[in-house]
Amino acid sequence: MTCSRLFDRRTRTLLVIIGCLLFFFVVFLGAWLYGRQGEVTNLTLRKISPGWGQPFGTDWLGRDMFARTLQGLRLSLGIGLLAATCSAIIALILGLAAATLGKTVDVVITWLADAGMATPHLVLLILISFACGGGAKGIIIAVAASHWPALTRVIRAEVMQLRTSDYVRLSRRLGKKPVWIARHHLLPHVVPQFLVGLLLLFPHAILHAAGLTFLGFGMSPHIPEIGTLLSESMRYLSSGMWWLAVAPGLTLVVSVMAFDLLGNNVRALLDPKTMRE
Amino acid sequence: MLDIRDLSVSFTSYSFGLKRMEVCVVRGLDLSIAPGQIMAVIGQSGAGKSLLAHALLGILPRNARVEGQMSFKGKPLTPYRLSALRGREIALIPQSVTALNPLLRVGGQVTRAALLSGISKKEAPATVRQAFVRYLLPKGVAAWFPRQLSGGMARRVLTATATVGMADLIIADEPTNGLDPITARESLGHLRELADTGKAVLLITHDIEAALQVADMVTVFHAGATVEVARAEDFKEPGNLRHPYTKALWNALPANNFVGTMKPIARASNADGCPLQFCCNDQDSVCGQSVPMLKRSGAGWVRCHHA
Amino acid sequence: MNNQSTHQGIAGFLLLKMLRLLLLVAAVATLSFVLVSSSPVDPVDAYVGAAMLKVSPEQHEIIAHHWGLDKPPAERFFSWARQIASGDFGVSTIFNEPVLSVICKRFVTSFWLMALAWSISGAIGFGLGMSAGAWEDTLLDRAIRLYAYTMASTPIFWVGMLMLMTFSVSLGWTPVCCAWPLGLSAEQATFWQRLHHLLLPAITLSLTGIAQITLHTREKTIAALRSDYAVFAHAQGETTAGIVFRRALRNVALPAVTLQFASLGELFGGAVLAEQVFAYPGLGRTTVEAGIRGDIPLLLGIVLFSTIFVFTGNFMADLIYQLVDPRIQKTAGGASP
Repeated sequence: MTCSRLFDRRTRTLLVIIGCLLFFFVVFLGAWLYGRQGEVTNLTLRKISPGWGQPFGTDWLGRDMFARTLQGLRLSLGIGLLAATCSAIIALILGLAAATLGKTVDVVITWLADAGMATPHLVLLILISFACGGGAKGIIIAVAASHWPALTRVIRAEVMQLRTSDYVRLSRRLGKKPVWIARHHLLPHVVPQFLVGLLLLFPHAILHAAGLTFLGFGMSPHIPEIGTLLSESMRYLSSGMWWLAVAPGLTLVVSVMAFDLLGNNVRALLDPKTMRE
Repeated sequence: MLDIRDLSVSFTSYSFGLKRMEVCVVRGLDLSIAPGQIMAVIGQSGAGKSLLAHALLGILPRNARVEGQMSFKGKPLTPYRLSALRGREIALIPQSVTALNPLLRVGGQVTRAALLSGISKKEAPATVRQAFVRYLLPKGVAAWFPRQLSGGMARRVLTATATVGMADLIIADEPTNGLDPITARESLGHLRELADTGKAVLLITHDIEAALQVADMVTVFHAGATVEVARAEDFKEPGNLRHPYTKALWNALPANNFVGTMKPIARASNADGCPLQFCCNDQDSVCGQSVPMLKRSGAGWVRCHHA
Repeated sequence: MNNQSTHQGIAGFLLLKMLRLLLLVAAVATLSFVLVSSSPVDPVDAYVGAAMLKVSPEQHEIIAHHWGLDKPPAERFFSWARQIASGDFGVSTIFNEPVLSVICKRFVTSFWLMALAWSISGAIGFGLGMSAGAWEDTLLDRAIRLYAYTMASTPIFWVGMLMLMTFSVSLGWTPVCCAWPLGLSAEQATFWQRLHHLLLPAITLSLTGIAQITLHTREKTIAALRSDYAVFAHAQGETTAGIVFRRALRNVALPAVTLQFASLGELFGGAVLAEQVFAYPGLGRTTVEAGIRGDIPLLLGIVLFSTIFVFTGNFMADLIYQLVDPRIQKTAGGASP
């Protein structure tokens, strides 16, 4: 609240965006520099609770949980980002196709999107991951293949609306080529929508990917992804090693929130109507 | 009854990239009404008329800022006092049927208004029944949803809702908007009746013809400011009108051959001087220098350097 | 009012919905069969699991033949589709029991978990959302929003683990696993024992479920406060709280109930994760087992079942609108001028 008096809204929004980006930069840099430490087993330093030397403690093999968390976070975010980007690109292509390539294509794509949203996300994820034979590849494909329907609808609706708007009609009357119209009238409106949609897909993708690995689909236990770390820590819950679950989970929550914050602030910046006084 | 001096209303909003903007919609508005009188406030669409009504009731959105002095029955109208007077002594007849909740039955909504105006739970049903009778609403209408009302009926329900509590000042926001001439006349007739029982009625409209049928006084409103206050009968003879804008309005009436005597105007500009300087035919160097003050002129008031 | 045409409207509505459901199930069945058949996971290997090395190629062949895996995919699809159409979902390979009976048994266990979580999150989320919307930008609103945004970003299984650590391991208030005490069967357990086992998973599931309904209700409340009827109510001297809780209640509750019904898919997904954490033997845990151990008939059965489940939720939402909203009723009844 003091913050709101210190800066105006625009500055505050920009600061939040920069802060989020900085956070991700630090995570990736940290994982790159320090992550390898997580693979070192040190049996003299087993089951140490968090302290100065090991901020997140160590596990039953004496591996540093901080390094493992960083590594896992990088993997989780990486998988989420990759999958969400693929999904958003699918959504962009299908959305544009549905809106511009005629009635038949539109019906087919709308129907596909409906079918894609008809099954619970997680069940669909399990099904696709099973179909791909698991592994990181399976997770990325599953998340990418299941998250496009919502954004496809948004883009389709946006383009549909633009196509019937007066200035696009006028351009068509004036004999402008479809490519010219697409570049000058459609893209400037669709690109911000796409960007915001992509950013807001990240949190979902990251959470779903982590959920899938937690359930045991995909990653092998040798590659510590956050979901895997948490799944492993389940076995040590009753032995009181709470730190195995708390710290990695918390970092995941913070990262996902940061992405959410990033998406919402970029949206506010591009489309102030969504923000109210 | 009501006295307003130099009222201004402005809004804060954000544009692309979250740049902060302050938009002033009403500036320098003066108005006063006596009991038993209908004061018509006339202005074109987008001149901030509805905002005036909302400002008087203190129900503007939170990003609005109101400045100026208002007094009601001789005492200053503070936000605190307003919250006690709303619905009890000052009532609003809103513009359209969307002011009724589409999901609740008409009767319940009128009863709620009666209760809020201070009528006891015991008396409320009888009072509401009387209000329905007064405005020729069949009994069954109470069980209807707003969607089922016809245009004229909706109007009467809104009037009944506003007047069920015996408020002394009634603000009617565009009471003839979208109505056929017969229904419009009926709606205005109700306002006249209310004034004749000693209430003060503020009639806000863009329809001069309709307003002149029932009003006692007319305030002409342009670019968020009062430009002239005149008696309704002054409009019978254009020579009695004082302000070039009012004269232009008069000339544009159907009965007076729709003559456009003023150039099409740009919206309120931020330039110094009279807001009308760029479209007024009587414009000279004085007009560009300062905003004219509202000054007494016969039975009315006028804001023009040349009147 | 014109009751007959209203009835006709409802009947047509139901028929249309049934048709949609059939089409949808057909589409989902086709897509999921294609997906499952393209899996590199060999169902026989997945079935025998660790005993893989002990199974000879001949035995492998026999199992494959027994399941009809040696036939071409198209033929398998049509025979499977025919079976499904006649109500036979096949036999689960891991439970050695008809798929339908596995799903039914497990769903009943899940149902209580989901129903409890759904009601808790609906009621609390609605209340929080309305309060946040009514007192927009106050400390209360900020706190509620912070909670909702945090929960929206929190994996439910992690919340479950924290709950488990706190209430089951440290405090020992709730059991660590299962839907009833170990060693008893579902029928032997008392109501209180089952509720005791149900409590923690249900709370976990509702904690995260609250987020969406809260934020949605908050938006609707704020929109209602800006509507024409709210402005008029305000002009009549109604307070903000009066507008929200007296006048706009119906306008906000209707979309909230709709959303709550329409979010059964997320509820199901949440139940999968929550059941995994609490080792709760419901349909969610069965889904995971079917996926990991390659039980294709069961997996396909669950996919179809969950599709119908989600559809039912959406259908209920539409039906409620059809029945409650006077705006729809009147146009169907033809009473409006």
